[in-house]
Amino acid sequence: MAPLLSIENLKVVLKDFGKNQTGIILRGINLVLNEGERLALVGESGCGKSMTALSVLNLLPQPPMEILSGEIRFKDKDLTRLRGEGWREIRGKEIGIVFQEPLTSLNPVIRVGEQIAEMIRNHSNISESTAQEKVLSLLNEVGLPDPERIARQYPHQLSGGMCQRVMIAMAISCGPSLLIADEPTTALDVTVQTQILDLLFQMTEQHRLAVLFITHDLRIVRNHADRVAILYAGQVVEEGRPDEIFSHPQHPYTEGLLEALPEFSHKGRPLFNIKGLVPSPFEKITGCCFASRCPRAKENCLLEEPELFEKSRGQWVRCFYPSGR
Amino acid sequence: MGPMLLSVRKVTKNFPVARGVLGRPTAFVKAVDNVSLDIEPGQIVGVVGESGCGKSTLGRCVVGLHTPTQGAVLWDGHDLSQMNVQERREVQRRFQMVFQNPFASLNPRQKVKEVLFEPLDVHGLIEPKERLGYVTELLRKVGLFADDLNKYPHEFSGGQRQRIGLARALAGQPGLIVLDEPVSSLDVSVQASILNLLAQLNREQRISYLFISHDLQVVGYLSEKVLVMYLGRMVEEGNTDQVLRTPRHPYTQILLSSSRGNKVTVKGEPPSPVQTPSGCAFHPRCPYAEKRCQEEKQELAQGGQDWKVACWKWDRL
Repeated sequence: MAPLLSIENLKVVLKDFGKNQTGIILRGINLVLNEGERLALVGESGCGKSMTALSVLNLLPQPPMEILSGEIRFKDKDLTRLRGEGWREIRGKEIGIVFQEPLTSLNPVIRVGEQIAEMIRNHSNISESTAQEKVLSLLNEVGLPDPERIARQYPHQLSGGMCQRVMIAMAISCGPSLLIADEPTTALDVTVQTQILDLLFQMTEQHRLAVLFITHDLRIVRNHADRVAILYAGQVVEEGRPDEIFSHPQHPYTEGLLEALPEFSHKGRPLFNIKGLVPSPFEKITGCCFASRCPRAKENCLLEEPELFEKSRGQWVRCFYPSGR
Repeated sequence: MGPMLLSVRKVTKNFPVARGVLGRPTAFVKAVDNVSLDIEPGQIVGVVGESGCGKSTLGRCVVGLHTPTQGAVLWDGHDLSQMNVQERREVQRRFQMVFQNPFASLNPRQKVKEVLFEPLDVHGLIEPKERLGYVTELLRKVGLFADDLNKYPHEFSGGQRQRIGLARALAGQPGLIVLDEPVSSLDVSVQASILNLLAQLNREQRISYLFISHDLQVVGYLSEKVLVMYLGRMVEEGNTDQVLRTPRHPYTQILLSSSRGNKVTVKGEPPSPVQTPSGCAFHPRCPYAEKRCQEEKQELAQGGQDWKVACWKWDRL
């Protein structure tokens, strides 16, 4: 069976017209997402995780950014070739979106019920009253008490968690087959975070949605994803099942990230420090992107670029010297 | 035993949220409600809670940025509210703060050199001709370089700016630094290097921290004692090992399991601090709540040695 979404060798560049420079944001991303699968993209700021998602939705800030090459196949369409009206069938309808800041992604001057209804009516031919009914059932489904009252509220009258529930209701309202969630819980409190995650994954299970889940937080991925892809400097450096990645990280960057997590159980021991900084998009890199910060780097790492290869069943790594445990 | 470096005695801080016709406050939010804590020299105490629980207000009361409505803050055994301006300025250098947002806490028009000279000017420390050497040494201590002295804040990354903020706090050779979410805006790998630096400064110079964070794991990693706050009140307090190994208060248990990424069973969101629920503030969200929880306000009670909890059911959970 063909995958639902496949991203092949996606390259995105950033053009700085003032300095007449071109920076590389994504250096060839390859990802595959099957129907109903939950894939998490994990990485630090600037690694390209949000840009990957925005490319899928054609929401890249163009200019200064631009897709240089690559293919994004969703069902039978190549999204990089889609223009204008074609996007109305995809964005919001086939692919639902939940962004990081619920308060800035909702329109502050329109009641939340109307915002959801607008979305439904834009994508299907139903009457206003049927749309209203659907709004109420959606609000109920995402666990908001008293949907009739909530539907009449403005976003500022709701808490962050409630707004995010509204966003989820909106994202699933048109029956998409893929949901993109870009740091959906980062702006929320810890206890609310877990509730929203649970809701998100419960919804996607019920509606058989595939999820592309973007986060910087390794901990929340552990229990919620089928597969994890670790991104660094615009490349996938490791990909595999979360339990495998957590117990046997292969790439030195993944290892470093895991050991850098402060945990109570590490008390008294210094945390692992990945030396150096993430390279800027304008830096010229030959060889492996991580080589300059890598504790295991050898001479050839600085010269040749490693390929992503299958280290063990289902676990892929982009490194000449994977840990091999 | 001498006086504590810092004692917070039953501090309450109210903020007016509504005013009547004559401008008199008519409604208050109790940001901090009857909180006490002590910090010994060299000790790291962590404060954990969600947004709106009063942890930052507590931190600001500790360094004197807010005046408590009730209760007292004691520096080296001296009541902050009893000091005059002169006395206050003399001790202030020993009680410093590092803020959460490194982009907002540094003046964008000041060079690093000026940022670091300011506390020396204010407190009249270090002979002028030795200052340059002194601040260079400060920068080295926090992992930056002498070249950085003539740069502006925008030339640095978030992690580096947080180091500058720390260097500024260190300029007056403090005894205590209040760290208000110092690493929560940073990436994991940068966070690790700042936490290592903090641990090292504590070890080498015996600087105490009041470490404020929403992340129980970060607090657990660094602190000796923790204090868990919910809606302005303390719900659990004690030795970190004890609190994180066997959390007793239902709220601490929930915080701990969500900090590990586990599924949790907690209803709703933290209510607005303006209208705190009756009885135990946590009862509307608590999975174990009973009628008694709605009616009786729970006070912090001794649960064991060095460990207190504000829940009458703690030993049955």
